[in-house]
Amino acid sequence: MRQIFTLQLLFSTIRLSTPLVLAALGGLYSERSGVINIALEGLLLAGAFTAASVTYYAHSPWVGLGSAIIAGAAVAAIIAVACIRYKADQVVTGTGINILFIGLPAVLSGALFLSSGSTPQIPRENLLPVLSHFLPFMPAWRIFTDVSIISLLALVIVFVTRYVLYRTPFGLRLRAVGENPEAADAAGVAVNRMRYVGVILSGALAGIGGAYLSIGQSSLFTRNMAAGRGFIALAALIFGKWRPVQTMLACLLFGFADALTIQMQGVAKLPSGEDIPVQFIQMIPYVVTIVVLAGFIGQSRAPKALGTPYQKEK
Amino acid sequence: MKLFKEILFPLIAVVAAFIVGGIVILIIGDSPIQTYKLLLGSAFSWPDGIGYTLFNATPLIFTGLAVAVAFRCGLLNIGAEGQLYVAAFAAAWVGMKFGAPDPGNTFVSQIVHLPGIVLVPLCCIAAIVAGAIWGGIPGLLKAKFGSHEVINTIMLNFIAVALLSYFTQYHYKVPGDPIMQTAPTSPSSNLAHLGKFIPGLPARIPLNLAFILAIVACILVYIFLWKTKWGYEMRATGANPSAAEYGGISIRKQIILAMAISGGLAGMVGINEVLGYRHRYYDGFSANYGFVGIAVALLGRNHPVGVFLAAILFAILLRGGIFVDAFTMHVSKDIVDMLQGIVIVFVAAEAIFRGPLKQFGLLKKAKV
Repeated sequence: MRQIFTLQLLFSTIRLSTPLVLAALGGLYSERSGVINIALEGLLLAGAFTAASVTYYAHSPWVGLGSAIIAGAAVAAIIAVACIRYKADQVVTGTGINILFIGLPAVLSGALFLSSGSTPQIPRENLLPVLSHFLPFMPAWRIFTDVSIISLLALVIVFVTRYVLYRTPFGLRLRAVGENPEAADAAGVAVNRMRYVGVILSGALAGIGGAYLSIGQSSLFTRNMAAGRGFIALAALIFGKWRPVQTMLACLLFGFADALTIQMQGVAKLPSGEDIPVQFIQMIPYVVTIVVLAGFIGQSRAPKALGTPYQKEK
Repeated sequence: MKLFKEILFPLIAVVAAFIVGGIVILIIGDSPIQTYKLLLGSAFSWPDGIGYTLFNATPLIFTGLAVAVAFRCGLLNIGAEGQLYVAAFAAAWVGMKFGAPDPGNTFVSQIVHLPGIVLVPLCCIAAIVAGAIWGGIPGLLKAKFGSHEVINTIMLNFIAVALLSYFTQYHYKVPGDPIMQTAPTSPSSNLAHLGKFIPGLPARIPLNLAFILAIVACILVYIFLWKTKWGYEMRATGANPSAAEYGGISIRKQIILAMAISGGLAGMVGINEVLGYRHRYYDGFSANYGFVGIAVALLGRNHPVGVFLAAILFAILLRGGIFVDAFTMHVSKDIVDMLQGIVIVFVAAEAIFRGPLKQFGLLKKAKV
């Protein structure tokens, strides 16, 4: 057991939770405004692909990160127009976007890089930096404890989100249009405009999460590299009851499950000497979500107007 | 007029998706016309083109029907993917355990040696029941706890994948086999290829009896939804739940039933895959059939006839993708995923086309 529960596990948890936190916070802005965002997976992929391709050409992770944010926001804007302006089914639209971004990055990378779905390797110095990069000295433990600057950014965004959501007029309006759009409208809030902002913000944040995947955690984009993280983020959002800090904790829990599966591979044995099947640990986030949704561990209540387009009374 | 509109919107969505896709192809530096010729044209040759297209269409008909039935009850089943995996495994399990073993299977022991005439139906039933259970769980959760079927079906997809990968890896894989697949099923569980009955269709083309089953499923779903009391109640629930409840229909029962039927239909993919094609459970075999089923159902307007036609269209694309990969400079077969995604978005947001259509006088202005 001592081989498993190490400092390495802790930092591995932080690393693996980072994209989840960013995507889940993105989902939070969208869903608090009343728009289901099932497309987090596709948004992560859009961000990841954009970040890797742009960084490859521009030789700067910051330009890559910026482009990923723009790409995420742009894709989210498509979702917003479809779901808000044209009242398209939010879940169906999101599913379409998810399938689209399995295909589109692969098509583009095939054309740009003559590969079957991945971008070329990006040199190490062009990746998003880790925190110890900014330290004046080189501690011996830095290899194990290095955390990307994006992880720190994610943490900051969690608390900024908490402040914005509960302490600013913007946050109040955002929550209002998600809970009771009629009342918000009567109070003079532009319901659909708030929803546009919520959805586009979700794309921007998921875009950062995607950039972290391709030019932070690894050094290239590979086909379908989000590997279901968008859906785990969605699960964490529900588990976290659509609240910023709880959502982050849920992401950490799911990231921990993920870190544990990696750490356990080939190390942990049952008393009988067999491997512990990692599949059972992989299942944890999903089972937990179903249990939470069913109300066995406290109620998790969605924003009331989640999923319903707003039609102004005539 | 109504039929006209039912056909018009899906058609426009497809054309619009092809136009957007064409722009992407143009930017990439290939000819859209040549690419689309490859994509659509390769499906019509006899026997390979048609044989493989119908084979590819088979799973999409099942998942399309699955999503459509749930839709008619007001539910979105994003879980067809998980349901068809569980079902395929169930079919393979029965095929391994209840029939005379395949020479390649020296590993999984048998309970009995049933003849094909009993074993094949048994495998089919196992697939349908397993799919129905996996689909019924989110139905039950929604009916009992009100938890949203969309999230639960997504979660159950991942659980199914993990669970089956466990069973495959630890219990049913022939030791030493580097591929994540179970031992082969009994030869008596094989479903005949249609090449056996149709002259000119070579037996190597895996189009099998499951395709006939898919047509039968289309007819049965039509009869069920529009000609029976149960189907009427299901559609009433989907159209207006509170009115249905007022009329004495138990919504909870309808939700569970619709999800179970939906799961059972998705499960029939396992029949095509295991009994008709691979003769074993192959981990991760599904080419997003469950998700493409959503596109198929939407494009087919949740009607069996529409589902059948939409499944054929997507199957043509799947087949054509191979040729696009081989014969264009830059475009890869991933263009198919891309087009599917765009079609879904356009079908969902069909209101986009209302304005222009009214301008051209194709649509009356009365209804918004």
